Amino acid sequence: MERILEQIPRFFSGPNMTLLLEAAGLTLAMTLTGCLIGFGLAFVLVYLRQTPGMWALPLRWICITYVEVFRRIPFIVVIYLVLFFIQAVTPDASLFTIAVIAICLYAVAYTADIIRGGIESVPITQVEAAQSMNLSRLQTNIRIILPQAWPVIVPPAIAFAVSFIKDTALVSQVGVFELTFRGKELNNQGYSGLLVFGTIALCYFLLSFPLSMLGQYLEKRLATPRGERRSRKIRHS
Amino acid sequence: MNYGFQFGVVWDNIPELLEGAWLTLQLGCFAFAGGSLIGLLFATIKTYGVWPLRFLVDCYVIFITNTPALIQIYFLYFGLPEVGIRWSNEACLLIGLTMNAGAYLTLILRAGFLSVRVTEIEASQTLGMSLIQQVRYIILPHIAKSIYPALANFFIVVLVMGTSVGALIGVDELTGQAINLSTVNYRWLEYFTVVAGMYVVLTFIASIGLALLGRWAFRVKARIF
Amino acid sequence: MQHLEVSDVRAKYGTLEVLKGISFSIKKGEIASLVGPSGSGKSTVLRALMGLTPITGGTVMIGNERMNYSSAKEVRAARDRMAIVFQQYNLFQNMTVMQNLTLAPLKIKKWGKTDVITEAHRLLGLVGLSDRANAFPDQLSGGQQQRVALARALALKPQILLLDEVTSALDPELVNEVLDAVRKLANEGMTMIIVSHEMAFVREVADKVIFMDEGHIIEVGKPADIFDNSQTNRARDFFSKILRH
Ligand SMILES: Nc1ncnc2c1ncn2[C@@H]1O[C@H](COP(=O)(O)OP(=O)(O)O)[C@@H](O)[C@H]1O
Ligand SMILES: [Mg+2]
Repeated sequence: MERILEQIPRFFSGPNMTLLLEAAGLTLAMTLTGCLIGFGLAFVLVYLRQTPGMWALPLRWICITYVEVFRRIPFIVVIYLVLFFIQAVTPDASLFTIAVIAICLYAVAYTADIIRGGIESVPITQVEAAQSMNLSRLQTNIRIILPQAWPVIVPPAIAFAVSFIKDTALVSQVGVFELTFRGKELNNQGYSGLLVFGTIALCYFLLSFPLSMLGQYLEKRLATPRGERRSRKIRHS
Repeated sequence: MNYGFQFGVVWDNIPELLEGAWLTLQLGCFAFAGGSLIGLLFATIKTYGVWPLRFLVDCYVIFITNTPALIQIYFLYFGLPEVGIRWSNEACLLIGLTMNAGAYLTLILRAGFLSVRVTEIEASQTLGMSLIQQVRYIILPHIAKSIYPALANFFIVVLVMGTSVGALIGVDELTGQAINLSTVNYRWLEYFTVVAGMYVVLTFIASIGLALLGRWAFRVKARIF
Repeated sequence: MQHLEVSDVRAKYGTLEVLKGISFSIKKGEIASLVGPSGSGKSTVLRALMGLTPITGGTVMIGNERMNYSSAKEVRAARDRMAIVFQQYNLFQNMTVMQNLTLAPLKIKKWGKTDVITEAHRLLGLVGLSDRANAFPDQLSGGQQQRVALARALALKPQILLLDEVTSALDPELVNEVLDAVRKLANEGMTMIIVSHEMAFVREVADKVIFMDEGHIIEVGKPADIFDNSQTNRARDFFSKILRH
């Protein structure tokens, strides 16, 4: 206990705090980049998965398998696989890139199910109306389905990304200078583990909690029907 | 890419990997069971408790669910020895995971409790049923049915994401075994590919088991896929 | 010359055969009305024509063109010539009335923007909704939504318009505003197939009534002949029940 008290002034020094701030930035940056790219690719995956016709059966199968498999493999195993695979292909890929790819692969699998759920929440009659006007499958998706599926997709997608901030702690294992890595480093420098990991936990909390609150706020807001949302705007102006 | 895959070495070490998988399964089951007890207690407090207790439970849940399980476990593993508490790495992992799962299970069970309130009233109006009968035949099946899919899903999360964190503090569960073995002969890609496959098989068996259990015990149609 | 000719068309949902060989034809400017008990396959006829339910046999001719719905191209061609209005309106919820009307003419038919917008305003005037161009569907009543749906179908300038029980989802006091709009189209000489339970309306506008039951066409004839003087027991049964009130 005395040791902790004695360390506190030294631990909360300027350089250490800058270090942690940068690390928190990196944690956030790689989560955001990975999840955004993953989210985009997930749309492609879902679109491919819904390709009609017999010839597309293998394609649909691959898409389903991808989602199923990645949800059943620990993130740390994915990180190692990506690390060693990428290093075998291009030895000079940065660790940040590797982390982002791993996050991305994982995010695709999880957000694909969220997107599919959103798309299925749009009544089939909307699709039939679009089809009978000769809108193509892509046009129907972009112009009719996604705008309506959006409120169903966005809140859980944000919740996933926010929750994934915590899981990115595992990439410390391959040496990305994010929060957890810096925490272990400080611990190795002799700072108390209680102090260091308590602080690191607090850092994650400060990233995660406000964002999850934001997600919940958005969820409530998006749940308002379109007409009401719009008329409210008109009344204000 | 000119990486020559050699799965032969991995094949020789299948027994070690299976041991790891067995430990993974045990850890997952114990953490989930312990977490369920915590969750049941805390969800009850949240529903029926006095406000200071409810507030404490809220703090616990919010703090745990907004920080990484890895950091919680590091806290136990690297921090607690400083105040004289020394647990083995398995114990740190199991206690950390249980506490972590407890917070999430509080949320799941609490949602189940909330879902029952309406039926509870309806049920109590049903004539000729004692309270115990109501609980046994109406309330419990209702809770089970409404939260079983979430519980089954969360078990897989604990089994996969939860236990694998142990590899980072040297627990020889499945991922830990893969790290140990591949450090010896540098066949990282092979080991991790095989281990990934073993996780898929393990969780698939678990999913099927859970779906059957749900159908048999609670008449829930849980999805395997 | 026949404008639309349907010969021996069959359709299935899974293993259930819902259309068991349907044949009828319509001349240009003619209004045909499909009537029959619920579940007899009326909607399925319209859906099959629009390529929404695949047909398993038979042929469809529009003008001189044969539509077999066997390739995406033929389905597109059929949808290019016909437009459908659904019982549940099915307006695009994420778009304003104006966007609903102009989407396909602009993006699919690729007609000029000014023409499309002028035409959309004209059609909204026709259905009596000139002032609601910028409203969203969920801000409109059922009758208003159905009239928008009618205008949306007309904006495609279809050769044949298909109406599937367009008043069945509406409150009684809203039925007439929609029927009035359809009546105007009838007077303009629009070729239409109308599925309806509004027998008085059918008697008034239809040139031809097609009575269906259990996936077959039982009787075809002029409204007066069919309603008052039907030749088959099944038709007589149906009309005696439905015309009494
Ligand atoms: N999507 C569907 N899947 C399976 N069966 C259907 C479907 N739609 C309609 N049917 C069946 O097809 C038959 C005809 O339906 P429909 O054409 O809607 O009749 P109508 O419009 O004359 O009431 C009914 O027996 C109905 O149950
Ligand atoms: Mg119908």
